Amino acid sequence: MRKIVIGQYYPATSIIHSLDPRIKLGGTVFFIVTLFTVNEWGAYAVAISALASVIALSKVPPKFMFRGLRTMFFILVFTASLNIFLTPGENVLVEWFIFRITSEGVSQAARIGLRLITLVTASTVMTLTTTPIQLTDAIESLLSPLKKIRVPVHEIAMMMTIALRFIPTLMEEVDKIMKAQMARGADFDTGGLVKRAKSLLPLLIPLFISAFRRADELAQAMDARCYRGDVGRTKMKIMRFARRDFIACVIAIIYAVALTALNNFL
Amino acid sequence: MEIIFNTESLSFEYISHDEKKEQKTLALNDINVSITQGEFVSILGHNGSGKSTLARHLNALLLPTAGTLWVKGMDTKNAQNTWQIRQTSGMVFQNPDNQLVATIVEEDVAFGPENLGVPSAEIRQRVDWALSSVGMSKYADVGPHQLSGGQKQRIAIAGVLAMRPDCIILDEPTAMLDPRGRKEVMQTVLELNRNQGITVILITHFMEEAVLTDRVIVMDAGLVVMDDTPRNIFKEVDRMKKLGLDVPAVTALAHQLRNNNIELPDDILTIEEFITYFKP
Repeated sequence: MRKIVIGQYYPATSIIHSLDPRIKLGGTVFFIVTLFTVNEWGAYAVAISALASVIALSKVPPKFMFRGLRTMFFILVFTASLNIFLTPGENVLVEWFIFRITSEGVSQAARIGLRLITLVTASTVMTLTTTPIQLTDAIESLLSPLKKIRVPVHEIAMMMTIALRFIPTLMEEVDKIMKAQMARGADFDTGGLVKRAKSLLPLLIPLFISAFRRADELAQAMDARCYRGDVGRTKMKIMRFARRDFIACVIAIIYAVALTALNNFL
Repeated sequence: MEIIFNTESLSFEYISHDEKKEQKTLALNDINVSITQGEFVSILGHNGSGKSTLARHLNALLLPTAGTLWVKGMDTKNAQNTWQIRQTSGMVFQNPDNQLVATIVEEDVAFGPENLGVPSAEIRQRVDWALSSVGMSKYADVGPHQLSGGQKQRIAIAGVLAMRPDCIILDEPTAMLDPRGRKEVMQTVLELNRNQGITVILITHFMEEAVLTDRVIVMDAGLVVMDDTPRNIFKEVDRMKKLGLDVPAVTALAHQLRNNNIELPDDILTIEEFITYFKP
């Protein structure tokens, strides 16, 4: 059977895949935060080699890692060029009209660019090795302290689960409606922007109506199965820290210490 | 045998809003039925006869506007009983897509027991048992969108089973399925009834499915008009026609032949039975 994947999960058996999703989520956030403290080239080298070893351990082909970067390309170029032109500095390399490029600018642009690339790649590694459902569970678990201040954490997680569940169903439906409208002479592919946007209307209206009907029926089905929000609920799969998760934590701490040392004392 | 459902002049009235006027409709009108544990009952009736409304009462999704319905002695109008009632009588709906909640089959089956607060280890056991009862064990970790309609309905049945109900109510579960899916679902439901003694209430449009049950309740305009074994129900071909219902094709054929003076009994339900009268 063909495995249709939602999101960009890459199925494989690796130590990174089997880590507790909470560790992966927390670790990614932690890594991104540390990136913003980094300024020295030595520290960059540590961060990048740490990321590279995680990628190697994850057994996901590296070409998947850089897919996320493709969509980022414009922002990357934009940020880097702003930095090149706008960083004030002494050491002028090129000067033309009102533009002036300094060596400080070039080095700043390179650092910012590198930071962005590392940041996006790190989050890509996480989504490639964690299924959306695991991620939802991790978010619910990590945010659960917020329940005390009445943030509906369980409800948010349930909404995410249902959204994930219905993405393929609704995609199938879009396909069906599109074909039905095309059979009646609808044209989705030609014309200018306005005309195309207008031609989407006969697609969107039936889709919305059916989504509401689905929501209504699903609510009834959930009611029939005794769903009453977070009240007295248990879970079949309990997330438990294994030894590898503790090891991952220790490695993360060692990494943070090394990074701080390189950044401040060298 | 213990009585599982019992009604006393159960009525349900709802107000439908037309363009300008409000209209009161009596969807259920003074229903008195009782269903015993272990029965396999089908409910027939054309659109708007009240059969779906009745089904939704059996699981406390709707509450009677007059009269009373007891599920295992529990009055559905008492809000304290609601969750116990829904656990006792699980419900499977028509559209297989709109009743699965989770992105993975086993997580969906676990949804009911999770809501009931069953301990994790026991949920695991129940899920494995429910999936094997409907013959879907090997699909435990696929997504619902990778399954056929019949398979999705079997998962929905497993999801109800995992709550350990006494009764399963199926509201036209095969209406959106192809013939193969229809057969799969009927087979599953029959096995559950025969092997595990689970009461089944099947609301259906397909007479061939009703033939397989122990008892047929025919509804029309909110009333129970017939309540008997399939054999006694379907022999009244003309009355069924008047109610806007069919009889199984083979019963209709036998009826026609009999009208043309060919000697046949009036209660033939299956092709196999029919053939026996033509063997030399």
